[in-house]
Amino acid sequence: MASSMDDVAKAIIAVDGAKVSFGAVKALDGVTLRVMPGECVGLVGHNGAGKSTIVSVINGGLTPHQGTVTSDGERQERYGINAARDRGVRCVFQELSLCPNLSIVENTRLVHRALGGFGWRSRAAKIIEKSLDAVFPGHGIDSGRTVGDLSIADRQMVEIALAFSDAGTPARLVILDEPTSSLDASLARQMLDHVRRFISGGGSVIFISHILHEILETADRIVVMKDGRVVAERPAHRFDHHGLVEAMGSVAKAETRQRPVREQSAAPVILSHQAAGIPFTARSGEIIGLAGLAGHGQTELLLALHAARSGNWLPQRNPLVTFVAGDRRLNGVFELWSIMRNFSIASLGDMSRRGLVLEAGEKTTATAWKERIEIRTPDLDNRILSLSGGNQQKVLFARALATRAPIVLMDDPMRGVDVGTKQEVYAIIREEAARGRTFIWYSTEMDEVCLCDRVYVFREGRITAELGGDAVDEANIISASFEGTA
Amino acid sequence: MTFRLSSDAIRLVIPALSLSLLLAAVFWLQPRAMSYIGLNLLFNLAVPIALATIAQMLVMAVNDLDLSMGAFVSFVACVTATFLRDAPVIGILILAGAVAAYAAIGVVIHLRDLPSIVVTLGMSFVWGGLAVLLLPAPGGRAPDWVRWLMTVKPPLAPMAIVASIIIAVIAHFIVKRSSLGVLIRGVGGNQRSVERAGWSIVAARATAYALAGLFAVLAGIALVGLTTSADANIALRYTLLSIAGVILGGGEFIGGRVSPIGAVIGALTLTLAGSFLSFLRISPDWQIGAQGAILIIVLALRLMLNRLEKREKRR
Amino acid sequence: MNALVLQFGKPWIWSWLAAFVVWFLTIMVTGGAGTLGLSQAALTFAAFSVIVGIGQMFVITLGPGNIDLSVPATMTLAGTVALKLMNVENGMILPGLLLAVLIGLGVGLCNYTLIKALRIPPIIATLSMSFIVQSAAIWTNRGLRIKPPSVLAEFTTTNTLGVPNVAIIAFLISILAWILLEKTIYGRWISAIGQSMPAARMAGIPVDGTRFVTYLFCAVLASISGYLLACFSGGAALNMGAEYLLMSIAVVVIGGTAVAGGDSNVPGIWGASLFMFLVVSMLNTYGLGAGIRLIMTGLIIISVIMLAGGRRGMR
Repeated sequence: MASSMDDVAKAIIAVDGAKVSFGAVKALDGVTLRVMPGECVGLVGHNGAGKSTIVSVINGGLTPHQGTVTSDGERQERYGINAARDRGVRCVFQELSLCPNLSIVENTRLVHRALGGFGWRSRAAKIIEKSLDAVFPGHGIDSGRTVGDLSIADRQMVEIALAFSDAGTPARLVILDEPTSSLDASLARQMLDHVRRFISGGGSVIFISHILHEILETADRIVVMKDGRVVAERPAHRFDHHGLVEAMGSVAKAETRQRPVREQSAAPVILSHQAAGIPFTARSGEIIGLAGLAGHGQTELLLALHAARSGNWLPQRNPLVTFVAGDRRLNGVFELWSIMRNFSIASLGDMSRRGLVLEAGEKTTATAWKERIEIRTPDLDNRILSLSGGNQQKVLFARALATRAPIVLMDDPMRGVDVGTKQEVYAIIREEAARGRTFIWYSTEMDEVCLCDRVYVFREGRITAELGGDAVDEANIISASFEGTA
Repeated sequence: MTFRLSSDAIRLVIPALSLSLLLAAVFWLQPRAMSYIGLNLLFNLAVPIALATIAQMLVMAVNDLDLSMGAFVSFVACVTATFLRDAPVIGILILAGAVAAYAAIGVVIHLRDLPSIVVTLGMSFVWGGLAVLLLPAPGGRAPDWVRWLMTVKPPLAPMAIVASIIIAVIAHFIVKRSSLGVLIRGVGGNQRSVERAGWSIVAARATAYALAGLFAVLAGIALVGLTTSADANIALRYTLLSIAGVILGGGEFIGGRVSPIGAVIGALTLTLAGSFLSFLRISPDWQIGAQGAILIIVLALRLMLNRLEKREKRR
Repeated sequence: MNALVLQFGKPWIWSWLAAFVVWFLTIMVTGGAGTLGLSQAALTFAAFSVIVGIGQMFVITLGPGNIDLSVPATMTLAGTVALKLMNVENGMILPGLLLAVLIGLGVGLCNYTLIKALRIPPIIATLSMSFIVQSAAIWTNRGLRIKPPSVLAEFTTTNTLGVPNVAIIAFLISILAWILLEKTIYGRWISAIGQSMPAARMAGIPVDGTRFVTYLFCAVLASISGYLLACFSGGAALNMGAEYLLMSIAVVVIGGTAVAGGDSNVPGIWGASLFMFLVVSMLNTYGLGAGIRLIMTGLIIISVIMLAGGRRGMR
């Protein structure tokens, strides 16, 4: 690398020693990242490695608690969303972030603040159509349509085109956070080509993707993050697929390879469900993985399984299924409650007499589970939010395992959980499975899917493949995720 | 370019259909209503209701709900019948202050992240109290220009209908066509993305509330123009009527999906429903109840339409 | 134990403190004369708000958007119909009470059916329902004012050991509510639903059943309160429930229950109800009119909610 001061002076955005923490979680632990004009920086790392947080720092949505942001050689003291936009920083977010109730033109108006004045509609329409034509030639999207009526892929295309569109301030740095997750191969190709054109025109891109070959072929330089730090940074041609995976720190890899192949075709079928595509069945004691690209119907299947087998009107003493949420904030923890109440809510039936909760029994059970899965807290009466993310997740596991339900549904529960906790939970899952519990496990991480006895692969809301025994490996799953039979 | 009905247009189908059905039923029951004077009588009270409905719609566009609408319109009516007639300058200042108060409520609700329902509930006591202070007993008189404005007889169509169309067009322009309207609906649709584009959500919400206050002020003035005098409880029903009007007009509680034209149609439908029930000779005891029933029926219809639409989409 | 005090001790103490301060200020003016009378009147009138308020609190605990607006209409209908059935005969007191409870059950059932079947926000469902219930009340009432049976009239207006009988009943109901809320599985369930409905569903809680029972409970308490109030005031009046719409929500908010749901408490309802009555009587003692009283009430509600802060929006 050339002298570091020169870099900072030339960089469109340079972040130095950024530290950000949310409560007990260190999201960024001193990250330094520079983006030069005319380069594409690939950013990789597991979920929770801090990629989204560094993106928020660069686009001005988040002020680091420590560290500096420099742009074109000027130290930015009051860097915010508007300052970032004025410098041409644009962002395509992981979750779709258009206003679904507005038309494409109206969304364009919102994104470009300077677009106002009489006749803005036709100007906005021109801008977005020009950009859509440039990025996705032959897209066939009418800019007058309401975003909520578009398909997911169309929405994603609009969002990408919006980031590259020019209404006075041209885009200089575009951050693409998992932009291809809902695009099919040809659209993804079009987008990647556009990124290269944009780079050769002097623009810069930060490119985040789980699909490593996209990163390897598109990026000029690759930055690998892990646990809130940058752990490797090299020109792209000095990485290969294997090296990248290694740098991301998949320590569990070697171990998971030695997954004992358990033969369970003799165990009784405990659950079957007619989903779209291949029929779904589960046997007792099995660990079943749901794989495929994110958001292709895995969570929907879990929700359907849960809804079909739990009572909404009458309490159930012996439920068939229980659920471990992945989005803890949305459908996992009860934020006002203590750890103990969060743990006991699903199994109160076993800790009560005539509808009255037996608080002594509740305490005993909770303490036993605290020991068993090692929830790190001095007092179970503390608020659940006093725990770190990983420990909150353990409480949710304990909640599910303490019920009588023989089937545990898991909706990508390891999001943002540290490696140590993951290993502990894997052990618990294996132990419970050996006792005859069934686990149905949706995961976005390949390592976890490879821990399963049997894997269903999803594509566009359908189950398109079933892999069992030795066929469960990364290569098979990835190829099944992309082929599809639709 | 292919012709495609936008979801906004589909949203207008049910309100327009219910209004025409109701109108047809009224004409069938009472053919004499099919005249200039008849229509004027039928839609007499529509103008203030339509204005209050637009006001409520603006608040609902940012995912809030205003439970003080009725009390506020009553308060404005009292100001109109007293100060606005006797001391117009002070009257205008009071009303301007009231609009500013609405904006302030929007700011407070946003900054402290308060439930709009409770804050506006509290405000309904305040407006009610102010109205009682102004007019402890029914009284006051409408300013002459207001009276003239509400009773003028334009050619072709009666005042109530002409005014409703003007209100719908203006509100449509503000909410659906202008940049400001896009911003307000954007806050309702996806606040985060609006924030990320660098807009001030506080300012957007304050503007939406201020506009709502403005329309509600107009509603109060129009109401006094029709009734000639005011009292502190004159418009208490407007809270419920305005919410119902927005919903009847295809608006939704959350998500910034609102339609000004629909809201005006909803208000007209509600006004007409009252006349329709009296033509049916339904005992006045059941008038309110029948309005509740109509609300339920329309909501049920809308649910069915939504389901159909979803099924179409899935295909 | 410490955590318990922090969790449950804080929110309601303020309403009690406020009630005591106002009580003190009032007797300062009267110079101590009429202290007993004031306290008894406060307990009596607070009792009605407490009974209604507890029901409303359970509904509000269910989380954002849950509010029962049909409370006043239910009170009126239950009072009217029960008095009609009892027809001044002492022997009919129990059947009258039973009928009132049945009316409550019926309204609650209809409320939740609308919420569930039409998938509309509770505020609109209970609103439409209240129109219908109000009409039914008007229809049964017909302007007649039937007196309550003498024993019941006597019971509701006298004291036992210096404590008004209605206050004793309200106290018993409060104890029941406290046990339900703090000690039973049901109490945990409503709190869980209030904090996060998706999480509650995923934790295997029978969400619909729990919400249904809660709406039933609220309507039944409203009808019991209407029954008692009609007997206390010597007959049912059509507007007798009106002030309890805002009152029931106000006592819940002032009592320290989280408007965003999930966290509620019974003692606060008592403090808030006493406070609301005492404020009115204090302002009366100081010779202030109805207008000022309303404004003060509104400002108090808004200040309380601003101090308590909105953890999560309820929009």
